[in-house]
Amino acid sequence: MIDQKSEPQSAAAATVRTKPRGLISDFCHSSVGRKMIVAVTGVILILFVIGHLLGNLQIFLGPEWINAYSQHLRDLGPLLWLIRAFLLTTVILHIYFTILLAIENRRARPERYIDRQYVKASWASRHMVVSGLVVLAFIIFHLLHFTGRKFNPQFPLLKLDPLNRYDVYSMMVYGFQNVYVSSFYIVGLFLLTLHLTHGSSSFFQSLGLNNQRLTPRLAIGGRILAWLLFIGYTSIPIAVLLGFIKPAQQL
Amino acid sequence: MNFKLRIWRQRDAKSRGKLVKYDAPDIPAQASLLEMLDIVNERLLLRGEEPIAFDSDCREGICGTCSLTVNGEAHGPDHPGAACELYMRKFRDGETIIVEPFRVKSFPVIKDLVIDRSALDRIVQAGGFISARAGSAPEANSIPIPKHDADLSMEAAACIGCGACAAACPNASAMLFTAAKVSHLALLPQGEPERTKRVVSMVQAMDAEGFGNCTNTYECEAVCPAEISASFIAKLNREYSKASLRRSAGE
Repeated sequence: MIDQKSEPQSAAAATVRTKPRGLISDFCHSSVGRKMIVAVTGVILILFVIGHLLGNLQIFLGPEWINAYSQHLRDLGPLLWLIRAFLLTTVILHIYFTILLAIENRRARPERYIDRQYVKASWASRHMVVSGLVVLAFIIFHLLHFTGRKFNPQFPLLKLDPLNRYDVYSMMVYGFQNVYVSSFYIVGLFLLTLHLTHGSSSFFQSLGLNNQRLTPRLAIGGRILAWLLFIGYTSIPIAVLLGFIKPAQQL
Repeated sequence: MNFKLRIWRQRDAKSRGKLVKYDAPDIPAQASLLEMLDIVNERLLLRGEEPIAFDSDCREGICGTCSLTVNGEAHGPDHPGAACELYMRKFRDGETIIVEPFRVKSFPVIKDLVIDRSALDRIVQAGGFISARAGSAPEANSIPIPKHDADLSMEAAACIGCGACAAACPNASAMLFTAAKVSHLALLPQGEPERTKRVVSMVQAMDAEGFGNCTNTYECEAVCPAEISASFIAKLNREYSKASLRRSAGE
């Protein structure tokens, strides 16, 4: 017999709010709303990752293309900073709400299973926080490396290209000629790919934009997209390391 | 058949539990896992030891009372089906079988393998019903319902409320349960009048109970004995965003 008094108490019934605390606040405090914020910010970041790759692949078209491309970006002036601020805000929101959710998830199972088998949940889907944090470390390194032009003694020596533009082409080639740097890029991109094999189809579910028929197709599509991005991005450091792309100027 | 068992024994909600080893020789292959536990319990009683406490009722997979994690999977390795539908012939002779309770903070252990799942009842109490006039059953075809909607609603209504979704979820989230309970009413005209309020209150109740958050790993649908599809979670997300929009418009 279960003693009524010793029955585990739940404060839930009492804490369910009858009045909204403000609709936006309610939304941001609910599990579903938070997931949607993570999903929307995730979509924005995926679109950025696709656009960024298309921009960078111009390195295969030669220095004129990619140097002109980067000059166009710089010519945006204040708009460029607006875009950067927007992306930074997106990243911060994405991480902030994920961490909030992840802490709740840990608390929801204080006593772990002694034996645990997964039937369907993929490794990538269960390790989004870990892969995400490695990607964050990679992004910080990447920004310092190519935007801040750090870690490479050749960067300050680079001269402007014949059309007086910054020689992004040679900067990328010299940057990737270092095996350790390139390896870190490939590792970072691999973790990003794992993150996206789950994330790029997961957001359809979080936003309710799928059904029983679409879900498996979206999952396959998401994996294909993630691995295409991996191939596209890693092709650049690999092409440099294999000597297919040489710097436009000698130092 | 002969088995080696490792079974979670816990005196009460407050004490610490541990896995205890038992030998289970001469078990008929056609026995269900629960019947095997019955046999083991009878032998324990004959030896004057305390039998293993576990929940069961219908023993035909329709009540959702049994709640065992067998070899690391909710309801054991034979999906779909509840633990009562898991037959010993599914195991190898001489195999070690580990039996644990569903481990979710919101499902506190009462004794051994018995857990308190009233958290799920409180989610239903928050809105998983229709405040309709009581009376005799209406004429069957007085409210026309498209076949597709009726079928989809019945698929969601198949949920037996066992809690395996939360038990299997890496985040201990009860989204699949809540999604099924919200969806089966949202798909029918009878559920329409309270549709907005229902989804908001039920998600609030789910969050207040301390369940984790869905990260779309789809582990829940893989272990669900009623084969509820995770696309109902997408439906819940849709319902929730629609409800938030309606509420922000003052409805």
